Amino acid sequence: MQWETVIGLEVHVQLATRSKIFSGASTAFGAEPNTQACAVDLGLPGTLPVLNEQAVAMAVQFGLAVHADIAEVSVFDRKNYFYADLPKGYQTSQMYQPIVGPGDVEITLDDNTTKRIRIHHAHLEEDAGKSLHEDFLGMTGIDLNRAGTPLLEIVSEPDMRNAKEAAAYLKAIHSIVTYLGISDGNMAEGSMRCDVNVSVRPKGQEAFGTRAEVKNVNSFRFVERAIAFEVERQIELIEDGGTVVQETRLFDPERDETRSMRTKEEANDYRYFPCPDLLPVVLDNAYLDHLRSQLPELPADKRERFKSELGLSAYDAAVLSASREMAEFFEEVHQVCGDAKQAANWVQGELSGALNRENLTINSSPISARQLGELLSRVIDDTINGKAAKQVFQALWNGQGESADAIIEAKGLKQVTDTGAIEAMIDQVISESPAQVAQYRDAEPEKRGKMIGYFVGQVMKASRGTANPQQVNDVLKEKFDALL
Amino acid sequence: MLDKTLTQLAAALKSGEFSSRELTSHYLQKIEKADSKINSFITVTAEQALNQAEAADKARAAGNAGLLTGIPLALKDIFCTRDVKTSCGSKMLDNFIAPYDATVVEKLNAAGTISLGKTNMDEFAMGSSNENSYYGAVKNPWDLTAVPGGSSGGSAAAVAAGLVPAAMGTDTGGSIRQPAAFCGITGLKPTYGRVSRYGIIAYASSLDQAGPMARSASDCAHLMNVIAGHDVRDSTSVARGVPDYTETLNAPLSGLKIGLPKEYFGDGLDPEVEKAVRDAVSVYESLGATVREVSLPHTHYAIPAYYVIAPAEASSNLSRYDGVRFGHRCNEPVDLIDLYKRSRAEGFGEEVKRRILIGTHTLSEGFFDAYYTKAQKVRRLIRQDFLDAFEDVDVLMGPASPTPAFDLGAKKDPVSMYLQDIYTIAVNLAGIPGISVPAGFAGGRPVGLQILGTHFAEAQLLNVAHQYQQATDWHLQLPAIAEEHA
Repeated sequence: MQWETVIGLEVHVQLATRSKIFSGASTAFGAEPNTQACAVDLGLPGTLPVLNEQAVAMAVQFGLAVHADIAEVSVFDRKNYFYADLPKGYQTSQMYQPIVGPGDVEITLDDNTTKRIRIHHAHLEEDAGKSLHEDFLGMTGIDLNRAGTPLLEIVSEPDMRNAKEAAAYLKAIHSIVTYLGISDGNMAEGSMRCDVNVSVRPKGQEAFGTRAEVKNVNSFRFVERAIAFEVERQIELIEDGGTVVQETRLFDPERDETRSMRTKEEANDYRYFPCPDLLPVVLDNAYLDHLRSQLPELPADKRERFKSELGLSAYDAAVLSASREMAEFFEEVHQVCGDAKQAANWVQGELSGALNRENLTINSSPISARQLGELLSRVIDDTINGKAAKQVFQALWNGQGESADAIIEAKGLKQVTDTGAIEAMIDQVISESPAQVAQYRDAEPEKRGKMIGYFVGQVMKASRGTANPQQVNDVLKEKFDALL
Repeated sequence: MLDKTLTQLAAALKSGEFSSRELTSHYLQKIEKADSKINSFITVTAEQALNQAEAADKARAAGNAGLLTGIPLALKDIFCTRDVKTSCGSKMLDNFIAPYDATVVEKLNAAGTISLGKTNMDEFAMGSSNENSYYGAVKNPWDLTAVPGGSSGGSAAAVAAGLVPAAMGTDTGGSIRQPAAFCGITGLKPTYGRVSRYGIIAYASSLDQAGPMARSASDCAHLMNVIAGHDVRDSTSVARGVPDYTETLNAPLSGLKIGLPKEYFGDGLDPEVEKAVRDAVSVYESLGATVREVSLPHTHYAIPAYYVIAPAEASSNLSRYDGVRFGHRCNEPVDLIDLYKRSRAEGFGEEVKRRILIGTHTLSEGFFDAYYTKAQKVRRLIRQDFLDAFEDVDVLMGPASPTPAFDLGAKKDPVSMYLQDIYTIAVNLAGIPGISVPAGFAGGRPVGLQILGTHFAEAQLLNVAHQYQQATDWHLQLPAIAEEHA
């Protein structure tokens, strides 16, 4: 039987506010346990929450970026359950009236086609603390630094049909929140976490199959692997005559599998009700207009502009707009050198390769966008050739000079474009290679094109790489044509 | 000193008749002598009080005294007080030393008042007799075999017995007004949102409100001047200007329109209580007020609605008492569930457990709409009843409680206890202010006249109450125990 996979994602994004969603404690990552938990975060008797306006603004910005309806009135509810790292015995969340209503996101697939994924809603809530099970001799330690960190939970419709689409969706969300600057998007530190709802159904069937919710899927790679495992498990189960049960499963990246956590019957009754300590959040149009006017250019718009205004290919446009940092770097390189194609090639080629080799992000690139742009300017104005440019790039990477010009000067890489000088070098090479000249002469004309490369190489060598290779090529052809 | 109201004591301190230290020592000695009979205090902070008194005297000598500088008070043990045990009347918090002051406490400290200690209360403010305290029942100073009312029973009894000139209470369904009535003192529940709830241990967050309990309306006005106002730490406190509540105390009442809700004079009302209340209304007529009957048609739904909403909120508010971070923890839990189960089973008393169970049930899937959602609808109707009534009259009057204080141990059935709050509970659901003032006796026990106003009408209620207290002296009468230990 042919099966179809149906996937929906719940993405939790930690918002980059300085203080917590309901208290003044800092949200910085990595502090000593329980040093960033104030009386409110500890749930001390008598304490009350006060909503952080910044968290509201960030949620609204996200909503605007995904073309969503922003709720005029949204309400915080209490989700009641007991857990050791949940200080109040409830999580303050938004169950019935979330701040962000239906919207949509465009994802780009590997073949550069795009697809719209609908967003069901996004709501604000507080994060819990962390339970630390190691280093306490069989006991559990509680760190409440994270408790009260603002989260935006973004719930998609079940619009994805394979793991690649799910990963592309997660990347699109990542890209939007980082473009907006509302999250650092750092998945390793838990700034973005993902639960995946997966079900399968016979191809052509309209009704959804029973879904499993897979928790703890916290990287783009894990999303693909967890879905792959889950799809195989469910299909196998059904084909063996079993049925999928609605349950929550945990992804184990070590063993590359999902395991049952609890079934629907074991699920908590969270007893949601409106939090009586917080007033409804009422937003007027002036506030929304103000936030709308502050929105940066978003990835989808940037991608379009890269294509239509800069003439980049769909692929280049997609790669270069994928992250805000990458796009900003590219745009500065382009601004400095004036050639979008060159800028795109170098940022994606030489620079990305070097960054990957040394496991660096674009933010920590040893070469600044300005330096790279200036280097490309020298290629474009024929001061240096491509080969020399790579040498200059390496020197800049190694910190051997402040600017491309300084390195070109110091290393004497300036391109020789003087025809007389090039002709002299060619004559020298021809006179020193009688055997190769004879071979060339005797060869079929269609094979000569390849053979000329030898002479170009020799001339370049003689010029220590400074000759303009195109010019060498042209002059050589002229010479041979005259010679033969 | 003992027969002076807070207003008179403030004048005496100002004129140098005695020092704050002398006054404070006087009350501390009275507590020492008499409180073993009444059990109104859970914690007496004598040393801290004397230090505060000395500081107050110094401030006065330096010319920095405010109106209430050096006045001793007591705080219901529901207000968090830095470095002082804050038990909420529960074994659960018997070991809890609050690391911070409630906003009300901060404001009182800033005004220079002195805290003598923390008063007894029904556990987590759940009760109408103060018999639900981990620290034992409080006795009514007028009759040691009677309850003082609850949940602010300790505060009411301490003031009535002359152990302190005034005290702070909280009122979720009548917990200031009913004990004030039972103990023959004046108690004001302000409009919801008028006084910050920050640092007040939550029972039912949408109903809880703190207020003053004292000998007179004038005393309450002085205290309201200190504690009322917006607090950025409490989102439900209202950003609205605070009037000087003492300024309008003497406004004449001629033309005042009083409404008597007919539902407050029906079955179950003790005839002597009714007579006392009707006599009080006559006094108002003699002061120039007009009286008419009004109707609050949804009154009989108030208790059922309250016992859905309050326990629902309480079940959630009390989830934080889990034995993990503070409060009672059971011995040697074998796992997390065991820790929760035993810590909570051991730490909470019977009535608290009952309300947690009720609230957990009413919020459960499949029951939520039938209970919680419906109760919220009823709540809106009850509120509308009051708003409609205040279209026609300025204030409403009636009894604070259907009977005078009942005997200790008399109400074994929880529902009969819940019915005690029939005249007070709707006021919390509507969020309006109410005051109880002494209006005579029934069977030798005090009767409280309840006066209700529309939202933020505290100044008017205090004015109306004060004018009655200018015309009568019920509020000045003291129980024998107060005289004995003078």
